[in-house]
Amino acid sequence: MSAAKGKPMLKARGVTRKFGGLVAVSNVDFEIPRGSISAIIGPNGAGKTTFFNVIAGIYAPTSGTIELDGKPLISPPTGAGREPILLLVPTIPFIGLAIYFLIAIGGDTGLVEGVASVSVALLGFVCALLLNIVRPAWYNRVIKRIGVTRPARPNDMVEAGLARTFQNIRLYKSLTTLENILIGMHVHMRSTFLGALFKSRQVREEEAAAEQRARELLAFVDLSGMENELAKNLPYGKQRLLEIARALASRPKLLLLDEPAAGMNPKETEEMTALIRRIRDELGITILLIEHDMRVVMGISDHITVLDHGEKIAEGLPKAIRTNPKVIEAYLGRGAAAGH
Amino acid sequence: MVTSSATTGTAQRLAAGLRLPIGIVAFLALSLAVLGIDQFVNALTLGAIYALVALGYTMVYGIIELINFAHGDVFMVGSFIALFISSSLLGNDGSITDLPLLAGSVLILFALTIGIMALVGALIERLAYRPLRRAPKLAPLITAIGVSFILQNIIQFFFGPTIVSVPQLVPIEWSIQVAGARVPLLNLFVIATSVLLMFALQLFISRTRTGRAMRTTSMDRDASSLMGVDINRTIMITFLIGSGLAGAAGVVHGLYYGNTTFSLGFQSGLKAFTAAVLGGIGNTAGAALGGFLIAFVEVGASAFGYGRWGGAIVFSLLVIFLVFRPTGLLGSHTGDRA
Amino acid sequence: MSRIGEAIGAPFAPVRTFFRRHRSLGIFVGVLLISIALPLITRVPPFDGIQSTNAWVNAFTTAAIYAMLAMGLNVVIGFAGLLDLGYAAFFALGGYTYAFVASPFTGVHLPFWPMLLAGGVVGAIFGVLLGAPTLRLRGDYLAIVTLGFGEIVPITLMNADKFTDGVNGIGGIDKPNIPGILQFTLTNPWPMYGLVIMLFALIMIMIYRLEDSRLGRTWDAIREDELAAESSGVNTVIAKLQAFAVGASIAGIVGVVNAAKITIVTPDQFRFAVSISALAAVVLGGMGNTIGVATGAFIIYLFQSILLKQLNTLVENFNIPVLNQIDFLEFQYVLYGIVLVLMMLKRPQGIFPAHRRMREFGPLKSAKRGSK
Repeated sequence: MSAAKGKPMLKARGVTRKFGGLVAVSNVDFEIPRGSISAIIGPNGAGKTTFFNVIAGIYAPTSGTIELDGKPLISPPTGAGREPILLLVPTIPFIGLAIYFLIAIGGDTGLVEGVASVSVALLGFVCALLLNIVRPAWYNRVIKRIGVTRPARPNDMVEAGLARTFQNIRLYKSLTTLENILIGMHVHMRSTFLGALFKSRQVREEEAAAEQRARELLAFVDLSGMENELAKNLPYGKQRLLEIARALASRPKLLLLDEPAAGMNPKETEEMTALIRRIRDELGITILLIEHDMRVVMGISDHITVLDHGEKIAEGLPKAIRTNPKVIEAYLGRGAAAGH
Repeated sequence: MVTSSATTGTAQRLAAGLRLPIGIVAFLALSLAVLGIDQFVNALTLGAIYALVALGYTMVYGIIELINFAHGDVFMVGSFIALFISSSLLGNDGSITDLPLLAGSVLILFALTIGIMALVGALIERLAYRPLRRAPKLAPLITAIGVSFILQNIIQFFFGPTIVSVPQLVPIEWSIQVAGARVPLLNLFVIATSVLLMFALQLFISRTRTGRAMRTTSMDRDASSLMGVDINRTIMITFLIGSGLAGAAGVVHGLYYGNTTFSLGFQSGLKAFTAAVLGGIGNTAGAALGGFLIAFVEVGASAFGYGRWGGAIVFSLLVIFLVFRPTGLLGSHTGDRA
Repeated sequence: MSRIGEAIGAPFAPVRTFFRRHRSLGIFVGVLLISIALPLITRVPPFDGIQSTNAWVNAFTTAAIYAMLAMGLNVVIGFAGLLDLGYAAFFALGGYTYAFVASPFTGVHLPFWPMLLAGGVVGAIFGVLLGAPTLRLRGDYLAIVTLGFGEIVPITLMNADKFTDGVNGIGGIDKPNIPGILQFTLTNPWPMYGLVIMLFALIMIMIYRLEDSRLGRTWDAIREDELAAESSGVNTVIAKLQAFAVGASIAGIVGVVNAAKITIVTPDQFRFAVSISALAAVVLGGMGNTIGVATGAFIIYLFQSILLKQLNTLVENFNIPVLNQIDFLEFQYVLYGIVLVLMMLKRPQGIFPAHRRMREFGPLKSAKRGSK
């Protein structure tokens, strides 16, 4: 799809994230090769999930940048103090217009003219507000000129081709499995507000196509026939599958899986491993996972990164990681490393 | 995770620590200069009342993350209970000049009102909020609004929709001279009572076992439950104290203004809540600070002839703070993202 | 109950499938049938003894206005899960917008029909103005901000007397008319009844279409789990803003109609109690269920304006010593409070639960067990 076949899918440079005085992630450089299954491992509290959340756009990094598929999307926010200017400057022409109205009408300002001018100014302000909320790409480029950068938010990352699952499954519990997946398709649906009101043919066709694709996705993760089941009534293992299907619904280039095999029995774990492979092989999606189960990690990863105390201590092929003394030390403590 | 090197300079830390007290002193000096001593004392008095009410909001929010919409009305009911006790039970219809009798009456008034309102608050918690503790978040908010409406209309039913006068037990003629201006003792009494109650609350929270239980519960309910804290009891006590303080505020309001009305709780409630947000919701010291700030803003507005817009100004402050500094002046432990 | 319904409805199965496929048409026909049936019922005892048919029709018109308000609020609360406690403010803004451009107060007389849309636009603008800064915050902060907004708008309308004539309000507002065909008058309630019923059907159809669209699903997602929604690519701020704006613009439109119906707007008409009554209708009818909410609004309105009034006359006629001192109409406000508290405690899904809400709150028993 992309011309740059050899380029990494995700590139993180010097990513640091602090919480108050705590440094959860410290100066991590990180790359995910295109089409690979990569893993981040590390002891509890190593900063894996924080790093994940920075990539997914949930936490802005304190410093560092992240590129997805060659596009720079995440960098620390700057110029927050200038945000009020962003609201006021676009309003000024409208205020000017309002003042012009008042002057043009003459000295004797009537009731109606007064209210009309105030309304015009208000309208301008609302437009400025909306611009700052909708944040179209051109607007982001313009405000960058005055030194305001805003890191991509989770929904922007999804639009750019990233999808994720959560460690503690976060499905829409009271919705059906089908509805869960339809929501996952959100970014690729084009129906507008007015389209929905007038139920245009385009909207109806899009809805039908989306439902068709949702069924296919359910079949892909082996949940066929459960379309109308409520998400919360699914057994635990199937909830994990549904969450993955929901993530796939946004047609990601990169899929982040946060402990996909947590709490699963050996048979389920095996099926999950097979599914992850199929996602990469059949759908061509690059995968990054956090996992505690070493058999899973060693079994499917092409590439492993080890975090400890927020810092990257090792990376490489599974074989190399397994015997890396630093990694063993991080997991088992200093004494154990010496003993081996 | 690694703790960052804490090598902030001592001077820098000192400056950060002093910023708030210096700010407060500067603010007070400025207000005094702008408002003059009369209005300044008025603002302090009003601030004391707001602070007492704001404490209830902030304590309840701190512990169960619920905006207790009914709290302003608990304050209002308190003012009516005080009216009832003062005029019907004690038979007062004006000021009392006999000092021992005055002291006794005021003491009885405070004790009874605080006691009754504490029970009312705890009852509301038991009946309307506790059953919904695990329900979706909207549910207790909606019941709180409902309770607020019920309280207002019960009072309106018994006392009518108009402004009702309350006996001002402390004679308003009693006053002292400060820098050439006459300061009524009543104001000083109100300020002193409120400050005393706030100090008592701080002591209670920091020194007693129950106070510690309240603090741990507000930080992490599940964990403190595992540590053996009786959550239901702790929340109940929070409501007891918060509503008791609102009752005290009700007494003070009646003594100071000499009147009350059924809609008192709605407007003052909104202002007191703003005070809690200003100070950093969940933070008791912040609530007190916020209460005084709001009062200064309001008194300042009316001093410049914008008294009618006081509500609108306070509300704008609320929005501005929520948008630009949701953690308030003193900060709070509740983040704005779950 | 549904089984009995099915048994009765069996011969009408083809009709039902037809209307299931053409739901908008179904709503339209249903509303039309009910709107014809209601005045007919008032001709039958005991209803004919209570008040004249014209007075009944007038009451139904007001009830329908109130029901539209509740349906709009339901978009905000029931769909997106945002608690808006200042809904009456948007209602007021719509009313004052029309009053301002169609009354002797300003001397401007713009026609009614385009202003219907303008009311919606004004509502949406203020919805965005209030929602944009606050929708990022926690939901309960939104509740208090809207509460404050609902309080400030009437105060402002009262204080800015140069522009609004203060407490007196703006009177003599133009009635709508269709030139050469139909002139609306104060004495004939039927044209306004027709207009309100049409608008009611239209708004209901639109709300149902939104609920079923991509946007409606977005609201579901946000209500269920905001972080997950964001991670599914939903721009939650925009989606919430849309819900807020849709709700506010419905209130604005209804405000215009209401102003045209009663021909005067005063700040007092838009007190907090109005927001609460709409909230009570939403909670009573079942959050998220548009038809249920509309029914809830009808029940509350008719209860307070007919039943309580009847109670007054009854007590007066029999001259019962203690009770005749009491004005039962004053109980309407307590009624709202009681509805809110009791429904939330005993039946949070409402009397006509929406499918989705029923799932969320669970059956009654499990909700109770969860409280311990």
